[in-house]
Amino acid sequence: MSQEPLVRWDWIARNWANGGPTAISALLENHIVMAFLPVLFGLVVALPLGLACVRWRWLYQPTAAVMNVTYSLPSLVLFSIFLSVTGLTRSTVVIPLTFFALAVLVPAVVDGLASVPDPVRQSAVAMGFRPVRRLLRVELPVAVPVVLAGLRVATVSSISLVSVGALIGQGGLGNLFIDGWQRQFYTPIVVGIALIVLLAVLADGLLVLAQRLLTPWSRARRAA
Amino acid sequence: MNFLFGFFGDASRWSGPDGIPVRLLEHLEFSAAAFLIAALVAVPLGMLIGHTGRGALLVVVAANAARALPTLGLLVLVVLLAGVGTVLPVLIPLVVLAIPPILVNTYEGVRGVDADLRDAAYGMGLRGRQVLFRTLTPVALPLILLGLRLAAIQVVSTATVAAFVGLGGLGRFIIDGLATKTYESVIGGAVLVAGLALAVQFAFVLLDRVVVSPGVRQVR
Repeated sequence: MSQEPLVRWDWIARNWANGGPTAISALLENHIVMAFLPVLFGLVVALPLGLACVRWRWLYQPTAAVMNVTYSLPSLVLFSIFLSVTGLTRSTVVIPLTFFALAVLVPAVVDGLASVPDPVRQSAVAMGFRPVRRLLRVELPVAVPVVLAGLRVATVSSISLVSVGALIGQGGLGNLFIDGWQRQFYTPIVVGIALIVLLAVLADGLLVLAQRLLTPWSRARRAA
Repeated sequence: MNFLFGFFGDASRWSGPDGIPVRLLEHLEFSAAAFLIAALVAVPLGMLIGHTGRGALLVVVAANAARALPTLGLLVLVVLLAGVGTVLPVLIPLVVLAIPPILVNTYEGVRGVDADLRDAAYGMGLRGRQVLFRTLTPVALPLILLGLRLAAIQVVSTATVAAFVGLGGLGRFIIDGLATKTYESVIGGAVLVAGLALAVQFAFVLLDRVVVSPGVRQVR
């Protein structure tokens, strides 16, 4: 055991794409799907929910309280509760992670819309923007940096949390941790950690890039 | 609901070395130890960095990277490398995961204090260290507490996962239940951990009420 190297490259080469369901590439693909679906669903639900919280202020306190409680629940707890409802499917991981994404994204949407300066809103009204067009053309674009900051946190945590799902048999790359533990074999564990961190850094970088593309005015202002 | 009665109604669950009270106590012990170590490292460091402004970039980058680290992988790797004999190896990943939220929030809290306030403190003749402890710390306290709360919740959750590598605590009910397909144990354990996490959350809300100066709270 003591001579066992931390990484055995030949193992990686043999198991990268061996065609089976436990091939590293298959786990990676699974991991990506299970990590991104919750963020996508979360965003789709958080936008209208956040808008509603801004429109009807009294909604925000109770919503924030529910989000806070959800966020404090350990992922394994939600996974095991959903296990008795949705069984051994991807949903058992995707649904709880959607709740976690929501808990980050709803406050981000609300804060983002609140960050729109009042003069900007009033100018839009004065220029004749109707509420819906004002929202789509003025308020949401100005809110992009804050919403994207939330999206980055949600994405990175989601990518990392999927691996806990391995304990209930649906963990994407997390399955490598279980495999390595059971066989006292370092390589799968190191590969799993490295790929997850790489995936998170990559996704984070893409979101930063998206922010640059979506808010060209912030760069123009800095250059001026 | 039948699950819950089956779990909590069983008298044998409430005594012995794998009873609920013992597991709860174990869970609290590991969590408290890891949390205290992390706080002792991260709070002073965060205050120092926030006050002097040195090494700030490093902290932010490292903390972001730490968020991506998968808990389970880190846990399994550290315990395999260090051996299962003692509790100590399990504490390492817990501490590693608890430090970033405390460090970042303490740093942001101290750095974010109104510059006028800082200048006023110097103007009144306070020295560097006095400014830090008498002015900056009380004003930054809400954010420092937020960081501590996030870390505490993180530790309590991760300690659950740590049952997988042989640690005691409430996670045992979940992990053992999954292994033996005893779902009442899984659900019972999940409910216990959820209750503990909410209790931690609530304790920090209370702490916030007690230690944050009323003046600071008003401004918020």
